[in-house]
Amino acid sequence: MKPKATVLVVDDEEIVRDSLASWLTEDGYGVDTAPDGPSALARLAERAYAVLLVDLKMPGMDGLEVLGKARALQPDAPVIIMTAYATVDTAVQAMKQGAYDYLVKPFEPEELSLMVGKLTKAQALQRENVLLRKALKQQFEFKDMVSKSPKMEAVFELARTAAKSNSTVLILGESGTGKEVLARAIHGESPRKDGPFVGVSCAALTESLLESELFGHEKGAFTGATGSARGKFEIAAGGTLFLDEIGDISAKLQLDLLRVLDAREFRRVGGTQLIKTDVRIIAATNRDLKKLVESGTFREDLYYRLDVIPVTLPPLRERKEDIPILVDYFLAHFRAEMRKPLEALSRDAMQLLMAHDWPGNVRELRNVLERAAVLARGPILTPLDLDLNRPAPPAGAAAEGADSLREVERRHIVATLKQHTWNITRSAKALGIDRVTLYNKIKRYQLREDE
Amino acid sequence: MAGPGSILLEWIGKGPVDAEGLERVRRRVAETFALPTQVATVNGPPGDTLDARRGQHSSTRILRWILTGVPPGAGKILGITDVDLFIPVLTYVFGEAQVGGPAAVVSTARLRRTYDGRPAPPALAEARLLKECLHELGHTFGLVHCPEGACVMSRSNSVLDVDGKRAAFCRDCRQRLEELMEERNRS
Repeated sequence: MKPKATVLVVDDEEIVRDSLASWLTEDGYGVDTAPDGPSALARLAERAYAVLLVDLKMPGMDGLEVLGKARALQPDAPVIIMTAYATVDTAVQAMKQGAYDYLVKPFEPEELSLMVGKLTKAQALQRENVLLRKALKQQFEFKDMVSKSPKMEAVFELARTAAKSNSTVLILGESGTGKEVLARAIHGESPRKDGPFVGVSCAALTESLLESELFGHEKGAFTGATGSARGKFEIAAGGTLFLDEIGDISAKLQLDLLRVLDAREFRRVGGTQLIKTDVRIIAATNRDLKKLVESGTFREDLYYRLDVIPVTLPPLRERKEDIPILVDYFLAHFRAEMRKPLEALSRDAMQLLMAHDWPGNVRELRNVLERAAVLARGPILTPLDLDLNRPAPPAGAAAEGADSLREVERRHIVATLKQHTWNITRSAKALGIDRVTLYNKIKRYQLREDE
Repeated sequence: MAGPGSILLEWIGKGPVDAEGLERVRRRVAETFALPTQVATVNGPPGDTLDARRGQHSSTRILRWILTGVPPGAGKILGITDVDLFIPVLTYVFGEAQVGGPAAVVSTARLRRTYDGRPAPPALAEARLLKECLHELGHTFGLVHCPEGACVMSRSNSVLDVDGKRAAFCRDCRQRLEELMEERNRS
C-alpha cells in the first residue's frame, strides 16, 4: 500500500527514532529517520518530505540549525521541533526560524496525530490547488462565463469581437443555454458598459403591452394609461436593449421594430413626437428564425436587420466537460446565498450529472443543484439529493430487463405527441423543451404521426 | 510457539493472568482471522524495559524482547501485558506493532480504567482488550490506521476512542486484510 505521505524523523536517540517511526507507520505514513543533522540534510537533498520531526537537543548540529538548513532545502516542508525543555526562549527562537510548531516531550498521542494529520492534509490540498490552477488555466473565459469547451471558446471569441462594435447581435440557442448571461457579458465588455442594460422578454407580454413596454406611451393612449411612461428604448438610451424571445413577436411589432432599427427613431404609443434612439440591440431566440422566415411568420427584412452578428450557444449536452466547473460555480453561489457548508458533489452524483441529457441546459443544471443544495443534509451532495426527473421504473422491473434511457425518452415523446394530437408547440411545452429540440428528437427517433 | 499461519497470544504481565477472559479473547481472535490461535504465559516483561522515572515500560523495547524469542518463519505473536506502555516522545501508548512484521504488544493498564481513572467493569475491559488485540494483529498483517471511526483499525488516542469502535474490520480493511493474507500465503 502506498504511504499517504513521508515523514522524516531526526533524533540522536535510536529508541526515539524507532518508536516514532513505528507509531507513524501504523498511521500509514512512510518514515525515514536520521540520527543527526548532517544525515538529515543528506536525506533532504535526496527526496521531498511532507513533515519533519526534529529533536531540538542533538550533539553537533542542533535542531535549530537543522531547521534553518532544512527550510533552505525544502521551504514547503513544515518542521515540528521536539523538545524536552519547555523554555519560552527556545520555543520563540524555533518559531522565529520558521518552525511550524513545537512539541514538549512527552506529548499526548492525540496531539501528534492531529498535527501530522493536519499538515499532510494541508499539503495534499496545496498540491491539489496547484493541479487545479493548472487545469483552470486551460479554461476559456468571457466576463463571468467560464468554459472548457472549444465550442464555447469560439463563442467567446466572437462575442468579444462583437462587444467592441455597435452592431446588432443575434444570440441563438436552446432555452437555458445562457443567452441573457452572454448578452450581459457583451454589454459589460462594450464601450456602452457604463450605460444601462435593459432586458425585455418578448414572449411574456401581449402585443399591446409589449408595444407600450418597448416604446412607452402617452397619457390617455389606452384605457388605464393615466400618465405618460417611457419605454425600454428610452430607458436603455446610451446602453444595450436585450430583446429576448424575439421569434415570438407579432407581425405588427416586427414592422414597428424594423422601422426603429432603420430610422433610429420612434413615437410613444399615442404620441406624436419622434424620439431619437441610441441603443445597441442584442436579440435572442431559441427558435429557428430562418425557418420562421421560410414559413412566413417572421419578416425577412427584420431577420437580416437582426442577423448582423449571429452567435450560437451550444446546448449543455454538447459541452459536458463544462458540467464540473458549472457545478463549482453554482455551489459557490448557493454556499454564499444559503450560508450552508456545501463543499462538492460525491463522485456518483457527478456521474449522474454527466450522464444526464440536460434538455433544459444550464438553467436545468442550476435548478437541480439549487434543489439539492436546499435539501442536502451534509457538505457533500449525493445522488439522493439530486432529482433529475427521470421516469420511475415500472414496479418490480429487473435492472437487466429495464429500458434504456433513450427508449424511455422515445416512448415518452410519442405519448406526449399523441396526447396533443401532434401539435408541436403544445407537446414541446408539455415536455419542457423548445420546439427545435422536439423537432430534432422527432428526427433522431424517426417518429411519424401514424406510429 | 506459533507456527507459520498461526497466532500466539502471550501473557507477559506482572500480575496473574485472567485465563477465562483470555480464552474468550482467543476464540474471537481465531474466528476473526480464521487462523489457529493459542495462548501462552511467559514471565515478563524484563526489567530493562522499565523507565523508572516515568514508571512506564518502553513498548519498543518490549517488542524487541518478544522478537528475540521468535524463530524465523513463525506466525504472529502478540504480547499482552498489564504494565503501562510508552514511547519516549509520547505520554503513553495502548500498544505497538510491527506493520507487516511478526510481533506486537498491547497493554491492559489503561483499558482497565475509565476515562477519568476509575476501575472499568471487567466485561468492558475485556471488550477493549479484544479490540486492541485485533487492532495490533491487524498491523502485523500489514494494515494501517483506518479513517472509519467504527473500524477496529481506527487509531485510538483514548479509551473513549476504543469504546467507539467495533470489534471488527470495516469492509475496506477486511478486504485489504484478505488480500494481504493471500499475498502472504503465496510467498
